[in-house]
Amino acid sequence: MDRKKIITENLNQDGVDRRGFLECMAWAGTGAYFVLSGGVLKSFALSGGMPREQMPKGELAFVQISDSHIGFNKEANPDVVGTLRQAIAKVNALPTRPAFALHTGDLSQLSKPDQFDTLEQALKELRTEKIFYVPGEHDVLDDDGKAYRERFAKDSIGDGWYSFDSGGAHFIGLVNVMNLKAGGLGSLGSEQLAWLEKDVQHLKSSTPIVVFAHIPLWSVYPDWGWGTSDSEQALGFLKRFGSVTVLNGHIHQTMKKVEGNVTFHTAMSTAFPQPAPGMGPSPGPMKVPAEKLRSMLGITDVNFIPGRHTLGIIDSSLEDGSM
Amino acid sequence: MKVVLCSFLLEILLVAVVGQVARGQGMAGSSMHLASPGGAQSKTNSQPSRITIKDFSFGPTSTTVPTGTKVTWVNKDEEPHKVVSVDEIFKSTALDTDGEFSFVFSKPGTYKYFCSVHPRMVGTVVVEDSKPNGSMK
Repeated sequence: MDRKKIITENLNQDGVDRRGFLECMAWAGTGAYFVLSGGVLKSFALSGGMPREQMPKGELAFVQISDSHIGFNKEANPDVVGTLRQAIAKVNALPTRPAFALHTGDLSQLSKPDQFDTLEQALKELRTEKIFYVPGEHDVLDDDGKAYRERFAKDSIGDGWYSFDSGGAHFIGLVNVMNLKAGGLGSLGSEQLAWLEKDVQHLKSSTPIVVFAHIPLWSVYPDWGWGTSDSEQALGFLKRFGSVTVLNGHIHQTMKKVEGNVTFHTAMSTAFPQPAPGMGPSPGPMKVPAEKLRSMLGITDVNFIPGRHTLGIIDSSLEDGSM
Repeated sequence: MKVVLCSFLLEILLVAVVGQVARGQGMAGSSMHLASPGGAQSKTNSQPSRITIKDFSFGPTSTTVPTGTKVTWVNKDEEPHKVVSVDEIFKSTALDTDGEFSFVFSKPGTYKYFCSVHPRMVGTVVVEDSKPNGSMK
């Protein structure tokens, strides 16, 4: 039997260069369609001519939404509930009804009960069976995530991590926004890492793995805290798997990277965009003209074709598509 | 891409002004209490000191004050921040835009702190020994 390709080198050397960033940014706001096949990622802009109906469908379809920041009301987007509703409508109009949704954190702006309420109410409109959450730093501000877990991660372990199986793939929700250390980045912590190692121990290497967490599990831009200090250890436990997909939020823009059998991907926010790495004084909300905002917010939908290690990731902004 | 970032002051979060008598004295996270302005812990007439949180950084990053100074942090970002002592001597709740947090430094020393929401944000308050009348022993 052929051995699956594994990551052999350079897992830590994942600094992204300026050129890479610019390439990635060319996709922002346009919507992009990704297909991973045998470790090679191909991407097409949604405006590039391929009709949505011709995009491959898998045996499992799910969506990712992220960074809803309910409660934010500043100029960058005074109506974050409205844009979340648009994102929900976008999902509901997909040709394939998603099996479930992943929300990759920052549900709220300030971890307030009424903000969690509003989010929960809005997401009731989402046509899917279940929503899986991981917290963002905005959801665990003053109570170490207690209120978040009670509402959104009841059956989780520790600070809110868990795993589940669907469509032959193994999904792992991780928490990297708690117990952060001065001067550091996102952090998983030793307890969660020990759990993760055990969680994947008995899986076959051919099992597709999907990891989702708020802060990127790769070094997008450490100067802005866009990375996770101990993500290398987590990815180390996943090295033997033939297909690993890492879905993150936090940076409010789409970025992708492929390293060996690991595909990293970040989603757009449903609330407001943030600047490209280093393209501004800080990673705060970015103000864009009102008519441009919807093109910089969006959703991600993912189609799995089990057994072929083929994964289709489609980012679409609230603006594009013919729905 | 043209990036324009600026700050708008639309929301005010009132935050309890917190005083703490001495370093290492009964500070276990939640045991904060309201300071009485000009209260017993103010041993000097030192001017209050302000630190502005803007663009995900503390300004000034390092500040030196005499013993007894009340230091106030004010958040001028649209992003919530926290002010947390590395040694857990003081800790604010989340400060929304225009939110403030104060702490009275009654013992000399070097106090490192950071934003526990965005841990790349770090700062230092250096508290120097000072006598009310300027006399030295």
